[in-house]
Amino acid sequence: MKLLFAISLSLFSLSSFAVVNGHLYPFDNDVDKERFDILAEDLRCPKCQNQNLADSYAPVAGDMRDKVYELMIEGQSDDEIVTYLVDRYGDFVRYNPPVQENTFFLWFAPGVMVLIALIMIISLARGRKETQPLSEEEKAKLAELQAARKQQSVEKSEKRDS
Amino acid sequence: MNRTMLFIPLIIFVVMAIFLGSGIGRENKDVLPSPLIGKPFPQFILQQVETEKQLTQSDLQGKPMLVNVWATWCPTCKAEHEFLNTLAAQGVRIIGINYKDDDDEAKVWLRDYGNPYEFNISDPKGKLGLELGVYGAPETFFVDGDGIIRAKHVGDLNLRVWQKYKAIFEKMKTHTEAADFNEGSK
Repeated sequence: MKLLFAISLSLFSLSSFAVVNGHLYPFDNDVDKERFDILAEDLRCPKCQNQNLADSYAPVAGDMRDKVYELMIEGQSDDEIVTYLVDRYGDFVRYNPPVQENTFFLWFAPGVMVLIALIMIISLARGRKETQPLSEEEKAKLAELQAARKQQSVEKSEKRDS
Repeated sequence: MNRTMLFIPLIIFVVMAIFLGSGIGRENKDVLPSPLIGKPFPQFILQQVETEKQLTQSDLQGKPMLVNVWATWCPTCKAEHEFLNTLAAQGVRIIGINYKDDDDEAKVWLRDYGNPYEFNISDPKGKLGLELGVYGAPETFFVDGDGIIRAKHVGDLNLRVWQKYKAIFEKMKTHTEAADFNEGSK
């Protein structure tokens, strides 16, 4: 039992594994294992479109995972691996789409909308502060109305008193 | 304050609703655009299903052809098989890629249901399929005489689908310039 424990412990110290859907992808260091896990999460399965390569049970996702592993063992960089798959399956396989002509709207529309909203809020707030002073004519009218009202209330109180 | 400003959110809402609304239904989730269109057929060295002879991409040249990815485990492939037989009888050149399948089972299939293929490339591990960006059989690539991929169809071929691609196929016989395919293959 002790021996078994020692063996399994030494196994873990020697290498790290990425386990995806029961498949074992052994790596000789944690950095590569981490890279593999991140790539498998960032790449999208073309068959079952709401899943990434780490989630999907589709056979094609398994093939793509194996290819990612193979290319990593060959020593290719993350960018090279993503480019390899994009060249064959299209930009579709990226959950993180590149900034290019047909994705400008996707990338910048939210910012533009926030900007428009900000401009509107500022202009509305400013509009509220800038109340125009009354013109002479309006002042006269106001005075007249106030006088009439005063008169009215005086009359009312007199009526109540009598 | 300008009162018309108050209408800006409404206007933005209406514009976006029209824009996004028109996009719904236009996207066909089953058909992803292939980045391989206009590119040469990928390199490969694989065996022929029938004779175990070695085949490479240079065998896919000469006369325009359909390269059909199929498998015996794929029900839709069975559905389209009869139509492929019809096309072959009309003189359309069809090459098969037997995708992630067993050669012996493929031979039985071809004996039982007829063989529309000039020859079949054996791709048991799906390696060529990966090079082609295959994600679900059946898929059909339209390859011209120079070995350039001009169009791709995902799903079964039938008369209705064939009508759509017929113009491209006819063009592949006479045209070789990429510009000739720009409007057709999109």
